[in-house]
Amino acid sequence: MRAAVGEGAAADLGPIFREEAGRITAALTRRFGDFDLAEEAVQDACVEALRSWPGAGRPRRPGAWLQRVAERRALDRLRRRRLELARHPLGFPRGGDDRLRLIFACCHPSLSREAQLALTLRVVAGFTTAQIARAFLVSETAVAQRITRAKRKIVAAGIPFRVPEPPELDQRLGEVLAVVYLMFNEGYLSSGWERAHDRSLAQEAAWLARLVARLMPQQPEVLGLLALCLFQLARERARFSAGGELLTLAEQDRSLWDRRAIEEGEGLLDRAAELGRPGPYQLQAAVASCHALAPSWEETDWGLMVRFYDRLAELDPSPVVRLNRAVALAHVAGPEAALRETEALTTQLDGYHLLHATRAELLRRLGREEEARVAFGRALQLTLNPAERSHLRARSGTRP
Amino acid sequence: MRYVLMFVGDSSQGEPEGAVMEQVGQWWEAHSRSGEIVGGERLHPASRSTTVRHEGATPTVLDGPFAETKEEIGGFAVIEVPDLDAALGLAKTWPGSPAVEIRPVWEM
Repeated sequence: MRAAVGEGAAADLGPIFREEAGRITAALTRRFGDFDLAEEAVQDACVEALRSWPGAGRPRRPGAWLQRVAERRALDRLRRRRLELARHPLGFPRGGDDRLRLIFACCHPSLSREAQLALTLRVVAGFTTAQIARAFLVSETAVAQRITRAKRKIVAAGIPFRVPEPPELDQRLGEVLAVVYLMFNEGYLSSGWERAHDRSLAQEAAWLARLVARLMPQQPEVLGLLALCLFQLARERARFSAGGELLTLAEQDRSLWDRRAIEEGEGLLDRAAELGRPGPYQLQAAVASCHALAPSWEETDWGLMVRFYDRLAELDPSPVVRLNRAVALAHVAGPEAALRETEALTTQLDGYHLLHATRAELLRRLGREEEARVAFGRALQLTLNPAERSHLRARSGTRP
Repeated sequence: MRYVLMFVGDSSQGEPEGAVMEQVGQWWEAHSRSGEIVGGERLHPASRSTTVRHEGATPTVLDGPFAETKEEIGGFAVIEVPDLDAALGLAKTWPGSPAVEIRPVWEM
């Protein structure tokens, strides 16, 4: 999967769109009382900018330009649809940051995960339909349909534009964070060194996490997710070799890691810890922080990491968490113990390439070459990502 | 906004217990009194339904529901609430059948 989405001049417009799109959509929704209309108009304005800015030059105040064009388009559309301003299907209350309401509406649990993702990217981050299609390797028609259907549902089913209150808030915030996290992973795992200058999904997701963290600074899981994104992005420049091969944490040149991002992540984790409500994102970030702070692979505090994984497994007893715990455990208790842990996961994770890749590494360390080769082969069958494939191929070919 | 809550259950499981029926009755009464429920009915099982199909030149009359499924609609309520979250909140407190489908009413 490919996560880079802009091209040429269009790529520099990404940051402008994402800063402005959500804000303008929210403002127009409030003014016209019609989310669908606002969203279409902002989309029109972004498309117009993509067309005219590269030739005519970027306006001095791009945000004001976009808002003016979007308003004009909204009025055009209103006229065309002969809608009366008085007929408001949606209540859009004032106060606070409107974008937060938009995010909660786009990530409403009554929408499918695909719809939540596409809608959030488009409405909150200002992606064009074409950019979303490229990011998820699906056709533009499919994305357009998904978005149209989701918008119709928001309007027709009366999905409210509001930030939910406790006790509902925790679960609803969970939806928002899941969307951002999925977006981040999709982008992070698939981004390639050769597209480093494009508008990347991972960067966008981190931006969204930052936005939510700014708007909800008392929510520790939001801070945890942002920290997690920062720790991972800090390694961006070290993740690929000069030849474009994916490098493991053990192989990366840690002097290339972005220290400022890591420090920011640490600060966020501290703030989150002070709020005294641990959760899965904070714990994942804590694991990432063990890597971020270790001067080398060998000096990583694996014991502490296993403890974070234990705690994480209590909150999220998923087999993937147990697999990751097994990887850390190998450094504390040896490959034999870790391999035993993975036995229990072979049925549930049989279709997951990293289970087989992990087992292959452990089997090799135990000198069980033949079984290791089979496991590497299975892992290769299960992933399509070119960077991961060539990485696996390189590992399976070399002796330890 | 108006929504229809469709109470979906498995009629082969037989009649609900008396205690459940009582809870349903209380739920219905409380939410009718608050003005949220504006209409609705309990339905006989789909085995007692008849379907008229307008497919050929003349309508045909068939025994049974329009679609044969294990789960069927056992009743419905028309509700009037501010938004989907309110409808969801109401549906989450439903003490009867195992699923509730929420459909917005097409306002003319």
